[in-house]
Amino acid sequence: MGIVIFDGVAYGMLLFLIGVGLSITMGLMNFVNLAHGTFAMVGGYAASVLMNHFGVGFFPSLAAAFIAAALVGAVLEFCFYRRLYRAHPLDQVLLSIGIVFVSVAVFTYFFGPTMQAFQLPPLLDGRVSLLGLEVGRYRLFLILCGVAVLAALLGVLGKTRYGAMVRAAVDNQRVAGGTGIHVQRLFFLTFSLGCGLAGLGGALSLGMLGLEPSFPLKYLVYFLIVVCVGGAGTITGPFVAALLVGIVDVAGKYYLPEAGAFLIYVVMIIMLLARPNGIIPRKGLA
Amino acid sequence: MMMNKRNALATLTLACLGAFGAMSAQAADEPLRIGLIATYSGPYADYGRQFDAGVALYLKEHGGKIAGRTVEVIKKDTAGPAPDAAKRIAQELVVRDKVSVLTGLDFSPNAYAVAAIATQAKIPTLVMNAASSAITASSPYVARLSFTVQQVTDPMARWMVKQGVKEAYTVVADYASGTDAETAFKKAFTAEGGKVVGEVRTPMNNPDFSAYVQRIKDARPQAVFFFFPSGVMPPAFLKVWKERGMEEAGIKLYATGEATDDSYLDATGDVALGLVTSHHYSYAHASPKNQKFVKDFAAEFGTKLRPSYFAVTAYDTMAAIDLALAKTKGELSGDKFMDALKGLKFDSPRGPIEIDPATRDIVQTVYIRKTERVKGELVNVEFDKFERVKDPAKESQ
Repeated sequence: MGIVIFDGVAYGMLLFLIGVGLSITMGLMNFVNLAHGTFAMVGGYAASVLMNHFGVGFFPSLAAAFIAAALVGAVLEFCFYRRLYRAHPLDQVLLSIGIVFVSVAVFTYFFGPTMQAFQLPPLLDGRVSLLGLEVGRYRLFLILCGVAVLAALLGVLGKTRYGAMVRAAVDNQRVAGGTGIHVQRLFFLTFSLGCGLAGLGGALSLGMLGLEPSFPLKYLVYFLIVVCVGGAGTITGPFVAALLVGIVDVAGKYYLPEAGAFLIYVVMIIMLLARPNGIIPRKGLA
Repeated sequence: MMMNKRNALATLTLACLGAFGAMSAQAADEPLRIGLIATYSGPYADYGRQFDAGVALYLKEHGGKIAGRTVEVIKKDTAGPAPDAAKRIAQELVVRDKVSVLTGLDFSPNAYAVAAIATQAKIPTLVMNAASSAITASSPYVARLSFTVQQVTDPMARWMVKQGVKEAYTVVADYASGTDAETAFKKAFTAEGGKVVGEVRTPMNNPDFSAYVQRIKDARPQAVFFFFPSGVMPPAFLKVWKERGMEEAGIKLYATGEATDDSYLDATGDVALGLVTSHHYSYAHASPKNQKFVKDFAAEFGTKLRPSYFAVTAYDTMAAIDLALAKTKGELSGDKFMDALKGLKFDSPRGPIEIDPATRDIVQTVYIRKTERVKGELVNVEFDKFERVKDPAKESQ
């Protein structure tokens, strides 16, 4: 029982780490960004190339993954996304899904269609005894990362001047602009931050999910579930939703393997019926 | 309206092809056209790459000629399992490109769809991978040079019983080949006196295997047999298997060769070490013919791309076309060509293979291998074998 919950929490944390960036771009900035997985993939490939070809360690690679994904996000924001902030959501879907397909083809061209090799660092390999449970070190690390990212984001968005400006710009762009906030630059930074987080999540997922060019499409539905069930635009919402999805998925597969695979979809439907704006809705939507 | 006209035209052309097939074969300076239907884009693009490499290597070794005629290979992409696309492509290849032979076919649904065209057009179709058992039964113009899921699963079950394994738990991916493997394993394993103590099917798109592996750990079976399509699933499963310390818990693990596919083995890494699998081809197969094959392959395509069972089957398919045409003296009509294929026996890099005259399916040696690190590379080292294995699914009928 204990180990099932632990595994569920670890899996949920991974979903949170990848999905939280989407909550920022989709919720805070109102951009339906289906290309979120692409940024996670950029981070994953950056980390994997650094580790396999340049002998960089796992932890520096995580930082590099964040930076690489944030840079790619910045470039794409500057060239494409910025033009569609006020566009119809369908146009945004079209643009972002197009980016997904282009990225799949580009990564296949440069890295081949096969999976990337990955070896966990010795520090994270194997198991460790924790409160009487034999838990995977890597999974424990995922949980720690998830909690750290949650705390950092809550701090940045809730306590800093930058966070206050983002919240102001999201609530009312025009008034925020009137008070002297450079909204466009703010969104540029925020979008890059969301992409960077996706990249970090992608690099962290290397130990669990296989990284190949179809990654952004394959896991898209999981990111969307986490953000929609949790409530787009918040940080704690996706956190709670990711934990819920992780635990339900793992427990379902453990106790009811015949039905386990679609239990999370059942949960998603029930949650969306009960709380259509998410578990923790954004201010003004409740 | 347009559609109807086109269809009528297609049927007409097909009829003509059937009637004048013999005539067109006489034109010796015409190149021999072969239609290769495979996956060149998307997540399975490796399949097409491997097919191409195998075909190109055979042609290079034979001066670009088969049975004295230059060969033109027309490649078409289905981008994965897409029976509708495969059928349309096959139709175009026959009608517009006037191919004499169809081949490729990595996915079973595609092969079934193309079989219908093969029957209508009487075009010999050689399957390079699709492993669903009944494909060869679906058209008299279809022969297979790859393997069937049952053909490699059945020997694994028998071998496990020989090693003293009495109880096994099965884990398969929930799709047609997965359930085929599950049934074939259970049948052979219980027939030899073993007992299947648990079964689980996992979804195809499963990010985390921890729940399944934990369940097995708590059930404490003597051994586990698993079948996943080659690609991301086996490494993900093996990683969790290692992380949970299943080996230390005394649970043995067996699989079919998809788990340690040569294309993915390096990327899978050390978690595959020691895994015992059954399959018809290992890149490390120790025969002079295979050593030459691997060497020529590396000379042509570099060492980054390892020849997998896809490449070797593509190579063998070209050899089979060559040998069959030698038997018919260049005659390409569907019936004569298929007759020549039946009972064809030759040496492949994987070992001796033959085409069963009754079923047009492959008969070959299935090897039991163990993943080891040899000269810094992870490879499947063969250490036991079952000779002349037929498709057990057809044996029982």
